[in-house]
Amino acid sequence: MLLYAVRRLAAVPPTLLAIITLSFFVIRLAPGGPFDSEQGVAPEIRAHLEAAYGLDQPLLIQYGRYVGGLLHGRFGPSFKLRDVEVTDLIAQGLPVSLTLGVLAILAAVLAGIPLGVLAAVRRDSPLDRLATAIAVLGIAVPSFIVGPLLALIFGLRLHWLPVAGWQPDAAHLVLPVVTLALPVVAYIARLTRGGLLEVLRADFIRTAHAKGLSGTAVLLRHALRPALAPVVSFLGPATAAIVTGSLVVESVFGLPGTGRYLVEGAINRDYTLVMGMVIVYGALTLLCNLAADLAYGWLDPRVRHE
Amino acid sequence: MSSWARLKGNRTVLVAGGALVLLAVLALLGPALSPYALDQLDWQHLAAPPGLTSGHWLGTDRLGRDLLVRTLEGVRVSLVIGVLATAVSVVIGVAWGATAGYLGGRTDEVMMRAVDVLNSLPYLFLVIVLTTLVGRGSVSVLLLAIGAIGWITMARIVRGQALSLRHREFIEAAVAAGGSSAHVLARHVVPNLAGVVVVYAALTLPQMVLFESFLSFLGLGVQEPLASLGSLVRDGAKDMQSALWMLLVPASVLIGLILCCNFLGDALRDALDPREY
Repeated sequence: MLLYAVRRLAAVPPTLLAIITLSFFVIRLAPGGPFDSEQGVAPEIRAHLEAAYGLDQPLLIQYGRYVGGLLHGRFGPSFKLRDVEVTDLIAQGLPVSLTLGVLAILAAVLAGIPLGVLAAVRRDSPLDRLATAIAVLGIAVPSFIVGPLLALIFGLRLHWLPVAGWQPDAAHLVLPVVTLALPVVAYIARLTRGGLLEVLRADFIRTAHAKGLSGTAVLLRHALRPALAPVVSFLGPATAAIVTGSLVVESVFGLPGTGRYLVEGAINRDYTLVMGMVIVYGALTLLCNLAADLAYGWLDPRVRHE
Repeated sequence: MSSWARLKGNRTVLVAGGALVLLAVLALLGPALSPYALDQLDWQHLAAPPGLTSGHWLGTDRLGRDLLVRTLEGVRVSLVIGVLATAVSVVIGVAWGATAGYLGGRTDEVMMRAVDVLNSLPYLFLVIVLTTLVGRGSVSVLLLAIGAIGWITMARIVRGQALSLRHREFIEAAVAAGGSSAHVLARHVVPNLAGVVVVYAALTLPQMVLFESFLSFLGLGVQEPLASLGSLVRDGAKDMQSALWMLLVPASVLIGLILCCNFLGDALRDALDPREY
């Protein structure tokens, strides 16, 4: 297991470097510079601007400097927001986004697995149909519709919860976290149900019943662990879904997370900001995928020995 | 039972397929039949609620633009982008996956490793990087960007199939008859992948539609005065407290569209590939 973990961990830095290199060169080689839109900039001023940001250097030197800066945790200055370092923006926004993301994943697991187990155990009951309906809707209704509707119902009409703004208290977090978790709940419930139905047909389950274990004991001690394998391997893609969803949720609920910067950066063509976000989120996704794979290896020993 | 018979016997398919066809026809013809244009302002009826008296059946937005026409236009934009982006992803995915699976060995390893790296990134980021580069609002760039990233699952599935086709007799016969790799791939491998490709294309379409709406919701997709379902939902959400229909009209159409596509894709999968699932 340790060897497997080390081998998987060793693959992270080269992948990350590939992401950095790719995004650096793609962005720099594209037509149009960051100062193109500022009208009426005299050529001398423009040259000064470019010199100030190091854009007059050869591309390879710029690349070297950028990677060197990254090693010291510096993402460079924002091209559009004056006197703002991308690192500071990330440092401000990341705690908010991470809190949201972690809570949403937890909520999705805690709601999705029981829902799927209930649906599988009471197969074809009204409960199963309800769970299936939730799963179908959760996948088809995008978060940018769920978010505003939840805000309208629970915030503006019922006044139970605040609709926008950031306070690190439970009330402000409920709606964003629910919005973010809903599609993941749907997937997890569906995967749990499918996995469990398959495992419950296996011979070792019949053996467990035959030796006199109660239904609950069979379920919890024998069936659940193998049945959850697909759920665990979904957790990697799930983090990507959460990251994507957080862009919407942050914009709907007005939260000061990093997702907002990515969207604003893209709209303003703020290259350093977009690159910083891509690198941070790329690293985050890589680590989450790694964690999911390790959990999978722990759950299913065959994977490690491949 | 043949695949076609299985498809026809399924009531979900009839309902979902019928609704989808109806929506597509409405989206294509509706705007031409309506007395209102996409960007026409009706000063008499600003933010009019749905009803028959104002002449705007589904109401108007804050600028007095007819919501029915704009929603149908949104469906058209969403469907066109969805279908074309799906086509782009099918072409890339099939070419990539079939080549990797058929050639195998080192080529396969390198090509699939690249797919893994792309797959480990959140999808959306690559699209946002692309939109940063080319600027917003270009529909062709948008669909290229979405399609260029949507091919990954397709490539994986196609590769698996191509891998299993590799050692079948008819492929070996084609190679023995002197066919080049490109010839065997194009004439013998790819045609035998059609079933899987159709199924996954059908399942890709709703994802592409959702993806476009998502980008438009964030303001990175289709720009004014054009409308897509995503941008209509965004505009509607701003006014939802006073004018709920502005959100509900495009939102329910989008949900209906996605649900129909999903049902149809699942049914197609069951019909064409009953063994695997």
